[in-house]
Amino acid sequence: MTTTVLEAREVTQQVSSPEGTLTILDHVGFQLSAGETVAIVGASGAGKSTLLGLLAGLDVPTQGAVLLGGQSLSALDEDGRAALRADRVGFVFQSFHLVPALTALENVMLPLELRGDSAARAVAAEALARVGLAERAAHYPRQLSGGEQQRVALARAFVTRPQVLFADEPTGNLDAATGLRVVDLLFALNREAGTTLVLVTHDRTLAARCGRVLELAAGKLVADTLTAAA
Amino acid sequence: MSSRSRHWLRFATRHLWRDWRAGELAVLAGALVVAVAALTAVAFFTSRVSRAVELQAAELLAADLRVESPRPLSPEWPVAAQQRGLHTASLTTFATAVFHGDDNLLVTLRAASAGYPLRGQLRIASEPYGTAHGTTGLPQAGEAWVESRVLARLGLRVGDTLQVGASAFRVSAVLDYRPDQGAAFADLAPTVLLPAADLAGTQLLRNGSRASFVQLYAGNPSQVAAFRAWLEPRKTAAVRLVALGESSEQLQGSLDRAQRFLSLAALATVLLCAVAVAMAARRYTARHLDLAALMKCMGAPQRFVLLTGLWQLGLIALAGAVAGVLAGYLAQAVLAWFLRDLFAGPLPAPTWGPAWIGFGTAMAMLLGFALPPLLQLRAVPVLRVLRQDVGAPTLRFFTAPLFAVGVLAALLWWMLQDAKLVGGVFVGLGLLLGVLWLAGLGLVRVAALARRGTGGAWRYGLANVGRRGSGSVVQVVAFGLGLTVLLLLAVVQNDLLREWRASLPANAPNHFLINISPNDVAPLTADLRAGGVQVDQVFPWVRARLVAVNDKPVTDMKFSTDRGKGFAEREQNLSWSADLPRDNTVVAGEWWPTQRPVDAPVLVSIATEFADGVGIQVGDRLVFDVAGEPVAAQVANLRKVQWDSFRPNFFVLVSPGALEGAAGTYMTSVHLEPEQRRMLAPLVRRFPGVSVFDVDAILVQVRQVADRASRAVQGVFLFTLAAGVMVLAAAVQSTRDERRFESAMLRTLGASRAVVLQGLLAEFVALGLLAGVLASTAAALAGWYAARNWFNLAYHFNAWLWVAGLSGGALVVGLAGWLATRSVVNTSPLVTLRG
Repeated sequence: MTTTVLEAREVTQQVSSPEGTLTILDHVGFQLSAGETVAIVGASGAGKSTLLGLLAGLDVPTQGAVLLGGQSLSALDEDGRAALRADRVGFVFQSFHLVPALTALENVMLPLELRGDSAARAVAAEALARVGLAERAAHYPRQLSGGEQQRVALARAFVTRPQVLFADEPTGNLDAATGLRVVDLLFALNREAGTTLVLVTHDRTLAARCGRVLELAAGKLVADTLTAAA
Repeated sequence: MSSRSRHWLRFATRHLWRDWRAGELAVLAGALVVAVAALTAVAFFTSRVSRAVELQAAELLAADLRVESPRPLSPEWPVAAQQRGLHTASLTTFATAVFHGDDNLLVTLRAASAGYPLRGQLRIASEPYGTAHGTTGLPQAGEAWVESRVLARLGLRVGDTLQVGASAFRVSAVLDYRPDQGAAFADLAPTVLLPAADLAGTQLLRNGSRASFVQLYAGNPSQVAAFRAWLEPRKTAAVRLVALGESSEQLQGSLDRAQRFLSLAALATVLLCAVAVAMAARRYTARHLDLAALMKCMGAPQRFVLLTGLWQLGLIALAGAVAGVLAGYLAQAVLAWFLRDLFAGPLPAPTWGPAWIGFGTAMAMLLGFALPPLLQLRAVPVLRVLRQDVGAPTLRFFTAPLFAVGVLAALLWWMLQDAKLVGGVFVGLGLLLGVLWLAGLGLVRVAALARRGTGGAWRYGLANVGRRGSGSVVQVVAFGLGLTVLLLLAVVQNDLLREWRASLPANAPNHFLINISPNDVAPLTADLRAGGVQVDQVFPWVRARLVAVNDKPVTDMKFSTDRGKGFAEREQNLSWSADLPRDNTVVAGEWWPTQRPVDAPVLVSIATEFADGVGIQVGDRLVFDVAGEPVAAQVANLRKVQWDSFRPNFFVLVSPGALEGAAGTYMTSVHLEPEQRRMLAPLVRRFPGVSVFDVDAILVQVRQVADRASRAVQGVFLFTLAAGVMVLAAAVQSTRDERRFESAMLRTLGASRAVVLQGLLAEFVALGLLAGVLASTAAALAGWYAARNWFNLAYHFNAWLWVAGLSGGALVVGLAGWLATRSVVNTSPLVTLRG
């Protein structure tokens, strides 16, 4: 029996603009099961990143609901959503978002330290070794290549063993070869951890590596297909 | 504390250390350390200097506290004082005649106990009007020290015997100077100083004798204040307490000015430091926007983000305060060492009060300026991790947070202790910032337009000035403020201090001649002039007592201060003059015409101190008792008198024609070179009625105070200079990240390092020029205002200020900006763009 980890119920997001109300997402609905890998694709402005933000509880929809682990995010205040994220969610960003003042190891330790994990250093060192950067633990982000920075970000995302991992264009700032290596690592880690992966991308090849593809156009979910990888 | 709170604090501390290690805190901590160091160094040093200057002033009392009474004083008081750790001495003075052969002379006898004077030194010489030296002792039993006038009048020599009452004393030295001889003319008769133990033997002092009994007390300020508080309720109305600041008008004038100069230095430092800390705090919080969003994205609650920030700011403030106080302490020690020759003895040890001020200031300044942006950090939308354009709170530098304004107000109050002045500074500063902001805005727009007429690096630099818009205005204002203070420093050093010293010229009168009978005026001035002495003005002089104000007897009047009561109750020296004397300025009403009808009503001019004390205004009708005759006069004007000019000055001046008949004697003041002093002995013999007062020692004292204090002020301004440099650094740092990125972009697009550097230099030089225009104007106006309202000195605008402002601005800002940002071209563009 598959467990639903994440659910979007008729999610609509509207914003006010000088031209009137803009609908960014229009009644989007789907369910994701544990361990599933899903790509959200679509043209620029289709609403991919907005959907990702809503699914991760970084914002709440104007209408509809997002349920993470059965819990409606709209019913929680910002701190409540933060607490849920701390327990169940990991992130990988297009621009890495490493803290410039922290070394690679300290960046990986950050989410553990925020949770008060007393073994943060050892666990983070292990995670960094897993992405092949044990030797670069004391290096600052500015001393690392783009691929290395994204590997640090992957270690940081998986170190708390999240239930759901959100990746926003994880290869968007990388060249093709480096991007490929990073994606291989992402999927490997995902398999090991059994994490549900939600990935936003322009890249159809990358999307094809996920088991399922959700396609957005003008804020609407226009296709929900299983891939060969499923 | 809950385990969660402990965890949060541990996290915040660890993260702070990592920020520090990565160099993120350098500017903020640096600004804070310089701020606290400058402030505490100023406070430590000024407290020491003020104390030294006060000690010097205490010489005029020969003590810190002087208790005077016409009746014998309680012998228990000195015992109580000694128990409180104070030093004590006593003095009994009265007028009596002393004899030598058939000659006799009215003198003021002073019988002093061991320890007298408690502050300052007696100076004695071996011959009349001879070269004197300091001594710590008193005459031995059976010996007397007497003033030159006594020897001259009685034809005595050192070693001769002087009969005082029932005892004979051997004159063992000439008394040249007593610290408490003052510059007032209370003591008309020359002094004979005896040891207190010999007083009884003279049998001169009996019950009911008219004498003044004086007890002297000295110790540290808190001991003196505590003893004074103990004594006040125990003394009778006849007992008068005189403490520091209630003595000589002359020295007080100099002290007031010194304190105002020092306050100005400290004030400028505080304001500059506030600007530096504000700018650095703004940058610190701006750089933490992304981190705050990331932490919230990873599950940190808003409280956590806030608490982390608060705790970190607290730790930064604490560390900055410790480092700043230590640096301030060391800096004041170095300053004291450099200026060691300017002080007669070692400076008093600093008190630790300024250290607490340093801690409080660091905490309050940092929280004051960083808390409002920190509170905004708490509200950073977490969505910012996905979209950089989302909700970065605007950090407005010049919407001054109320808390920071309160902090500044408290600091200023602590330094100036004058609500009106603090209010004035705030209004002035607000206006200055407003005007600088508007002027900066205009100048930045003009600069942006001017780029069309330029080429190369200048075009790029000016375009950047215009493009950064309000960022450039902030920088122009910050640079402008820094430069304003630096220029003001130059104005104060070069102009105001010179004016101040000039108010005590080297040839200021050092001898007063009084009791000159009308018949002696002409021959005496002729004798003096024949000896090469310049005689300016000879003033008539009568003793008079104020009896009524607007028909109300002064005995029925209430006075808010002892000083006012004293003015009303004691006899005053009255004079008259057709012209306004030098060193006097009319502040209310008008001076009377030189030619007035003989039967015109009698007018009177009153010094502001007298008018304030008694409550007199222009138009009031006063009645004076002059030798038993009532003289009515209407107040025509109030005068501000420069008492430290050392020329005869009067609280009360009457229009000519009213008192000529009552004129008893005349007085004048002259400057005598050391070799000219020898003419005094024959002069006193030829005009036996004339009393000569040597105020050279007091003049030297006042001039020393002025000199030392002005050097100290110059030293103190070094810290202000450091604070100004810090503001410049903070302003440069504020756009460093932006510049680094732009430089990387330009170099990626093919610009050479030289072109990028020239562009940076052109931009900073342009900013410096704009700031220089503002700063020169502001400094000139501030100098003019301070001279006129604070120091009572003349001020002349100087065109060189603008030359210095423009060239200095371009040079200093250009150089500082170039030095601080030249590293942006040394970092590889790839590293920067990856960053």
